[in-house]
This record gives sequence, C-alpha cells and structure tokens, in this order.
Amino acid sequence: MSEPMTALKGASDTSGIATVTELGPRGMITLRGDLTAKPVVKAAVAAGGVTLPERGHCATEGKGGIAWMSPDELLILCDYATVSDRIADLHSKLAKHHALAVNVSDARAVFQVTGPYAREVIAKLAPVDMHPDQFNGTMFRRTRIAQVPAAFWMPDGDTVQIICFRSVAQYVFDVLNMAAQDGSEVGVF
Amino acid sequence: MSTRLATPGRLTDQSKPLNFSFNGKTMRGYAGDTLASALLANDQMLVGRSFKYHRPRGIVASGPEEPNALVNLGEEGRFEPNQRVTTTELFEGLTAASQNHWPTLEFDVGAINKHLSRFLPAGFYYKMFMYPRAFWKHVYEPVIRHSAGLGKAPKARDEDTYEHFYSFCDVLVVGGGVAGLQAALTAARAGARVILFEQSDHWGGRAPVDGGIINGGPVDQYVEETLAALKSMDNVEMRLRIMGAGVYDHGYALGYERLSDHTPGAAGPRHRLWRVRAAQIITATGAIERPLSFAGNDIPGVMLASAVRDYVVNYGVSIGDRTVVVTNNDNAYLTAIALKHAGLDVPVILDARVLPEDRGLVEQAKALGIRVMMGHAISSVKGGKRVTGVNICAQAGEGAVLEEIACDAVAMSGGWSPVVHLWSHCGGKLRWDTTHACFSPDVDNPPKGADGMGFVTPAGAASGMFALDDVLHDAHAAAEGVVTCLDMKLPKGVSAPVAERREESPMAAVWMMPQGASAKLREKSWLDYQNDVKVSDVRLAAQEGFVSVEHAKRYTTLGMATDQGKLSNINGLATLAGAMDKDIPSVGTTTFRPPYHPISLASIAGEAKDHVFQPIRRTPLQDWHDANGAEYEPVGHWRRPYAFKRGSETTHDAVMREVTNTREKLGLLDASTLGKLIVKGPDAGKFLDMMYTNMMSTLKPGKCRYGLMCNENGFLIDDGVVARIDEDTWLCHTTTGGAETIHAHMEEWLQTEWWDWQVYVANVTEQYAQVAVVGPNARKALEKLGGMDVSKEALGFMEWVDGTLGGFNVRIYRISFSGELSYEIAVDASHGRAFWDALMAVGADLGAMPYGTECLHILRAEKGFIMIGDETDGTVIPQDLGLGWAISKKKEDYLGKRAQERSHMTDPNRWKLVGLETVDGSTLPDGAYAVAEGTNENGQRNTQGRVTSTYHSPTLGKGIAMGLIHNGPDRMGEVVTFPGTDGKDYKAKIVNPVFYDADGEKQNV
Repeated sequence: MSEPMTALKGASDTSGIATVTELGPRGMITLRGDLTAKPVVKAAVAAGGVTLPERGHCATEGKGGIAWMSPDELLILCDYATVSDRIADLHSKLAKHHALAVNVSDARAVFQVTGPYAREVIAKLAPVDMHPDQFNGTMFRRTRIAQVPAAFWMPDGDTVQIICFRSVAQYVFDVLNMAAQDGSEVGVF
Repeated sequence: MSTRLATPGRLTDQSKPLNFSFNGKTMRGYAGDTLASALLANDQMLVGRSFKYHRPRGIVASGPEEPNALVNLGEEGRFEPNQRVTTTELFEGLTAASQNHWPTLEFDVGAINKHLSRFLPAGFYYKMFMYPRAFWKHVYEPVIRHSAGLGKAPKARDEDTYEHFYSFCDVLVVGGGVAGLQAALTAARAGARVILFEQSDHWGGRAPVDGGIINGGPVDQYVEETLAALKSMDNVEMRLRIMGAGVYDHGYALGYERLSDHTPGAAGPRHRLWRVRAAQIITATGAIERPLSFAGNDIPGVMLASAVRDYVVNYGVSIGDRTVVVTNNDNAYLTAIALKHAGLDVPVILDARVLPEDRGLVEQAKALGIRVMMGHAISSVKGGKRVTGVNICAQAGEGAVLEEIACDAVAMSGGWSPVVHLWSHCGGKLRWDTTHACFSPDVDNPPKGADGMGFVTPAGAASGMFALDDVLHDAHAAAEGVVTCLDMKLPKGVSAPVAERREESPMAAVWMMPQGASAKLREKSWLDYQNDVKVSDVRLAAQEGFVSVEHAKRYTTLGMATDQGKLSNINGLATLAGAMDKDIPSVGTTTFRPPYHPISLASIAGEAKDHVFQPIRRTPLQDWHDANGAEYEPVGHWRRPYAFKRGSETTHDAVMREVTNTREKLGLLDASTLGKLIVKGPDAGKFLDMMYTNMMSTLKPGKCRYGLMCNENGFLIDDGVVARIDEDTWLCHTTTGGAETIHAHMEEWLQTEWWDWQVYVANVTEQYAQVAVVGPNARKALEKLGGMDVSKEALGFMEWVDGTLGGFNVRIYRISFSGELSYEIAVDASHGRAFWDALMAVGADLGAMPYGTECLHILRAEKGFIMIGDETDGTVIPQDLGLGWAISKKKEDYLGKRAQERSHMTDPNRWKLVGLETVDGSTLPDGAYAVAEGTNENGQRNTQGRVTSTYHSPTLGKGIAMGLIHNGPDRMGEVVTFPGTDGKDYKAKIVNPVFYDADGEKQNV
C-alpha cells in the first residue's frame, strides 16, 4: 500500500491574520444508530476512546474523539491507521443491532485555523456566533464554510479545526485564506 | 460663489490639505471633507445634469439623500459610477468626473430637451414609443440609451476584495446620532450585547450642528461623554462607516461597512457586509429635510437649509455670500443664524407662515437684524447654472412678484421626514403626524417576529421626535422598552439625560409655493431632481387616472432614481393628494425596500469572486489530469476531463483517438465522481425496491444490477449499478450529478414517509477514487498488478469482489458502460493517485491511455446505453426509452409506478427511443427536431421527434445518434428529416439504438 495522501498534501499559509493548515490524514467513521441504545453508545465510546458528548458537542482526546452530528449520527475520530480495525470492531459489536458504520476518513479534509483572529476568520464564512461567550469549550457545529458544508470545533481559544469534504479542500483552503487576508481584522472578539 | 471660510469646520483639519481632481481640474480640500464639501469649497456648484432635460444640477443635500451630485469615481480597477459626493470622504489623489452630459458639463447638447419639456410630460415614453413596433429596437432604444443613463459602466476588473461578517447581538442600534448613542448606552447599561452602526465617519449626527444644551453642557460634550461610557463597556461594539442597509425577517439586518473607500489600495477588503442577527433592533436613523416646491427650486445654489448649515459648521464652507432662507418652520432659522454668525449675509427669511408672535429662533434671528417676511414665499428663482436672485410673492397668492432680491444661494426647508425606511422594510406601519406634517412609525404596529412581538423600535427623530429633549427621552425609553422585551432590567437610578427646550412655533404644511401657483410656475417646480419629475407631472398623472400612489410613481418615475425618492416621495404624494382633493394618509406611501442607500454588488457577493467564485470539486486524480492535457467540462460542481489532448491534436482528434484506443487496447477513466451511497438495514431491500423500478431485494451478495430510479411522477431521474455487499447492505452508484440529490431523495422518503423502516443511508462518494479500466487489455493490466484472480471464472460480468491489486486494497466491480471488457476499481481516495500511477505504469506496454467524458459518451452511445440528462429531460419515462425490461412486473409498488399508469404515460403516441443513422454518414446536429407534415396553429412546422445524443463514431466511421421519435420502434428503416440551424436538411434512417456488439460478447469475456 502507498502512503496515504491528503487532498492538499498538508498545505499551509501563514501570510494572513491567521495561519491556515491542512491536517490529516485523520481516521473518521460515520456511525448511524439509535444514540439512546446502550450497545450503540458502548461501541461508539470504545471506538472513539472518549465518553459520549452531549448534543452539539464533541469530545476529543489525542487522535481519538466523538462528535455529535445529529440525533442518530456520530462522527468517530481515530488514528488513520486504526480505522479498519475499529470499523471491524464496531461491526462485530453491533452485529445484532441496526446501525451503520462506514469509513469516511478519505472522504474528508481537515483544516486548522490558528491565531488570535481565528474566530473572526470563521465568522466571515460561517453563520455562527463566534463570540467567546457563545462558542467555546467542547462545542461542535455542523454548518457551512462559504458555499460548502463543513463542521468545526475549537481545541483551544485560538484554534479552530474544520472538517469538510475532500473534493472541496482546495476551495475551503482558498476561502479560509481569503478570509484571513492581511489587513482584514474586524477586531470584535 | 461657494468658498472656504476662514473659520475652520468642526470636522475638517486645515493642517492636512488633500489634492483631488474633478473633470480633470486639480482642486484642494482638507482631511475630514466629503467630496461635496471639497467641491463646494472650490466653487464647483454645478456637478451634473438631470436625467431627462439635462438641466444643470448642483449639490442639494449633505448626506445620503443627495439626489443630484453623482460622479464617476476613481480609475481603472477602482472605477465606480454613481457615487454620491455627499457620502464620499475626500482622500489624497481622488479623481471624479461628472455624469450624464454630452459633450461637457458646462455645455450640454441634451439640454435642448428642457425647451421641449412641453412635449416630454409624464408618461411620455409610454405614449410615444408604442408604435410602430419595429422602431423600438432600431430607433428609440438606441437613441434613449445614448442620451439617458447616468454613470459609465466600469471596463476594468474590480481590483478589490470583499467579505461578509456574521454577527449576533441582543440589540442592534442603527444610527450614531445622539438618539442612537443614548439608546445604545441605555441598552448596554441593562447588560444587553449591543452593536451600534453609524454610516458616516463621525459620531453625534446633526445635533452638534443644531446646538442645544444637554445635562447643562453643549451637545459635543454630551457626545464625548457618552462615547467614553460606551467604549468602556465590554458588551458594546461600535462601528463607524457602517450603514444599516436593510431589516429582514427574524431580526436579520444588513450593515454595509466601507473599509477602504477613503483609503483606496489599503490592505484588506474594501467593503464588509455585516449579516447581523439581532434579538431587537433600534432604528435611530434621524430625519431628512424636505425641499419646498417653488419654481426654479432645482437651480444650482438652491439647497436644503440643513445642508447649508452643515457645510458652514462642519466643513467651514459657505454656499454663497447672500443666502435667502425660505421655510415653513422654525428649524431653518438656525441656518440664517449660523450664516450670520459666520459673517455671511442673509438678506431675508421668507416664512410661509404668519405667526402671531415672535418666539425662540424667530426672535433670535430678528435680534440679529435679519429681515423676516412672514406669509411670503418664492415665486421663482432666477438664474441658470447658478442662482442669481429670487422673486418674492405672497404664499397665499398665485405668484405675483412683490419684490426681487439678488442672492447667490437659497436655503429651503419644507419640514422634516423621519427616516422610516428600516422600520418599514419588514412591515412596520406608518401614521400621519399632522403637527409635523410627516409620516412617523406607528409604534403600535411594528414589524413582528415569529413570536408575534415587535422587533424594531424607532428612536429619536426617526420616531418623529424633533426637539432635543424629546429625542433623548424617546431614545432612552426605546432602549428601556427593548431590554424589557429581552427580560433585562435597567439598574436603579439610570434615567434619560435632560436637554433644554427651545421655544418653538408650529410648522405649517406647505406642498406648493405659492399655494395657488400657476401652471407656468408648477412646470418649473421640481419634486424629483434626478428623474426630472415636476409638480405638473404628478398632477397630470392624477388627471390621467393614475390615482394609486404606486401607479403614479411608475407613470411619472417619481422616486425611482438612484436616491429612491428620499427627498421627493412625501412632496410627491402630497401633490398627488392635493390634485385629487384627498388627505395625505389616505393616499399612502410607496413601499420602502432595502437597501436604504445603494450598496456595492460586490459586497453582496462577499468573498465569492475569482478563484473562489464557486466551489470547484476536485477528484483525487485531478492533479494528474491538470498535468496531462485535460480539457475540462463542468459536471455539477466537478470539472471532469472531456478529453486529454496530446501535442498539437485538436479536441476532436483526441476524442477519436481515445475511443479507438479503448476499443482496441486499454482506456482508463477517472470515475471517482460517480455517486456511491451505502444503504443498510433490515428494511434496506424493501426500501430499494421502492426506490428503483426493478427488483433489488433479490440481488445476491457479490452481484451487481443496473437500476432505474423515477420520481413520484414516473419520470426517470437517475440510473446506476447497484451492488449487494452483504445480507443487509447495498451500495448504490448514482450519476455524478445525482450523488447529493439522490442521497437527499432517499433521506426524504426515509424521514417523512417510511420513518419506521430500519434503513440508514450514507454518502461515501468521496471516500473512493474509482478508476474504470476498459478495453481488451484490461484483464492483462490487472494481472500485471497482481494480487487477486480477475479471471472470468473468479469475477464474472456484473459481479464485484474485494481484494488486493498491486498492494492496494481494492473493490472491483465487473461492470461495463462501454461494451468492452471493463473493471471499475475503487480504492481509498488517499491512495487513488498512487493506484492510478501504478495502473499507468503496468498499462504502458498494453497501450493504456486515459480517456475523458466525451469518449465515455461515444462508447456508451455506440452500445445504445442511455445517459441521464441526454436521453432524459424530466419528461421522459423508462418506457419511452425501451427500458421496460428494467421495470419489475412482480413488484406491488415502486416510486413512479402509479404515475406511469396514467393515460398520458401509456399513450401510444409518446415519442420513443431509437437509433438514428444519417444516410450520408454525417453527424446529426445536437437537439435537432424531426419535422412532420403540415404546420401547427402558430404556423410552425409540425415535429415528430428530436435528437437526444449525437456523435461521430470512429469505431463505425460514421455519425450515430439516438433520438425520441413518434412511433419510432415501429418505423425501422424509415428516413426522417432534421433541419439544422445551418439551413441544411439532415436525413437519417431510423435504426436499432445498439450500433456495436448487439449481443454483448465483448464485455462478457
């Protein structure tokens, strides 16, 4: 097998008011199922290595994690190399339950926006209240970045991590850099 | 002459001179000037020509309500027409040019229209240009286009960037005058998250110009103290140079921030559009002064009284040495007093009222020695390109001249209209305020949110409060009401500031001056300066039956210019009411629509420009395509290679080469864009039987089946190969364009109709790079990669298998859209490029070449395979395409089944799919219609079919096509005629649509 190649090969741009970097590859599994059913939750927790986050939140630890996507969908994060094992594990644990676990690691691109203006860069592209009092902690938001679907969370107060579809990785990278262009500080957060 | 005074203005900095040019002439202004004040300081009163009569036009106002002074601003990539000089801040090197004149501003040929004005009344265009019909396109339109029109269209690309900003707050306050500042402060003190927008570059609005005493001190001091208090609060965001452009449902508002209009070329975006969600909105948008309708009120030098005052106080610019003030209210006396204090002459104040006693400002003006003529009016203004004097008459009369007074400026005031635009955008109602003769917000009928409660509150002058003390109290009360709605409370002891009251006499409504003005005077009394609408035009409209205000507006074009009637609307509808002997409220207003003042289209587009205008989707193999001559075509948001050109070959040659190579050797196609949906669950089989016309539940694991999908009206919407993965899992391939829509289609049925079925769907389209390996050498290539058995016995036609090829984890589908031996191989996208490179390497000896979508189309057309979007157009059912074999007869139901049984769907006269072969081997034109005997009721030739796909087939050496033909399948061998748009008739024989390998032997080896 070849070395996995992300959409933009880890591109990074530091020229603007925030640094935009492509991360990854990252292991990602879409799990759909009844999130109130114990076996589903137990399997998810085992796969993500964290406790189940509440609605609208995510839990992350190291490369692992779970993000709440919808009332019947979780996104499980893990080390890229371990995805197939974890899916196999999920399949065996949930063999008797109605659930769907699929590998979406390569269907996605992951970006990081860092710097004191990271919040503003996002607020130019996503209809989300990025005020520190309003978006913080383990919050996780499924929304859009400009014209494409995306989801993001903030590992710390100056850093946003964004997941989008792989095919639009270049667009998202470009549009994040456009929003981070030099001299475009809004100065509100 | 207008000129710069010795006394500096409040806002200008005499130590910072700035050079700019107007119509090529170099001029000088100061930092803090607007382009308007700088032009006036250079005695440039004449700034443009009116739209219809090309009358000379001067600056009338000092704010965004300015109707006349629009210029072409900037050059090249920063050129922009129709820029208001009153809202343009001066900067070093600014270049401006006047608009709508030919050949020059000073001498305009079009001005001859003013002598023809008798022949150019309201509705002229409607009356004149109806007949003869052909004249419109060839004579009238070109002439009108040449003579009318304002600014020039930019020729260069816009050099700047733009962006949006999503913002949220409890209270959005629009307007940074004293009302807005006070409302923001009160709301902030209650703990609300407040955003305050001010459109200009300074705080305080016009109160500092008009003066007064607040909390015992001057207005400027109050403004400073309030600003300091607001700035110290973390919950307040204050922004200058943002105009509240519009208010929409659910507390949504737009703010238009002009970041570098005054510093062109500065880093960062030029405009930023704030997209605000506010729980509550306070509109502290002030008021606009109204002109008076007297003859010659459009001559340069006639200006709003408040503007004359603004230019003197704020910018140290006088409009003239001798200014006649004409008014129906006390407020305009402030102008006379300001002028007098600046050492300028005010020969007379003409007050249309007759007041019983001198009080307040009237008394002050008289004390300064200014002559006041009560009950008097302007009969007409004298002058052409500049005011030279006024003829005075009695307001009560018909305009007989009593006295002539020489002057070079006229300051007029017809009262004030609250700026109710933002209040009205989302449905706030208005009431007529008789005391101030204006429409004010009807606070009992605000725009309402989803909860049925109002979400906009006017404050200060915008709510019809004009005295300083009333303004401050109203603003405080507005904010208090708003925070109460938000369940917040003001701390104890917080109250409104107190302002000293001026003694004031009531204004008198004056809609025509003099009140009995003769027809001759009315023809010279302008209502709408930009669109040249006069009192006489509105009266004519009423006379001709345009009695609805909306009709009269469109007939006369009143208020339809770029200023949207900020000065003219109220005067116009009062004139209309007068002509119909109705009262003003019963005539009503026209509709206020966003934006309040024009905003740049680019700000609406935001970042969506140039390379990020639209998201372009890229496959994992796209870098290779870029580097290897791919010519792209758009397919949804993807760009798929149409063909890979080599050396100097044409696109057509490349396509022909790709087809032949794939048929004879080995072709590789990037099929990654095809949709891949995983459908899983105990009810997945049942669900897919409903989704597809054929049976999917009986498919065995490891097998593939081609399926058709219809919508509930029976029309074919998608097709593709379905693979059964395991007992309760299927993988459905969709068309490239269908991945997202079919996913949504499935989710919709699962969530709304069959919510109790146990099925989950996931879109895994982008997880895989998928490569079609096609052609006689396909198996050899895979065998060279090695790792799994791909023989016919191990992997038969329409089967799939997981395995390892050349070290890559793959899933191979043995399916064929070309009629050749073909494998579609899916690998994880992150390994897609490496896999493609490996294939190209092993394929080098086997004649491997990539092929594009056009080759794919020809290959499938040779085989008679349909293509969604070519053979279908939303009106085609599978039965039309001879796909009856893919419709299960056994199934009780599927989406579209019932619809396909309707009479029109079973009509034997429906056009049906056939192959078409030109008699001379040429290629049929795409989309051509086959003609039938006779003509229809419109005199057009009858048709009997159309071409749906047409190509030159290099395999067969001739043109081949598919088409839908009336009774087609029963007419094999018949020749039909397709007239082309090139004037030629193309004759084609009706044949079987499968041109190549009808028995399917080649794909099944």
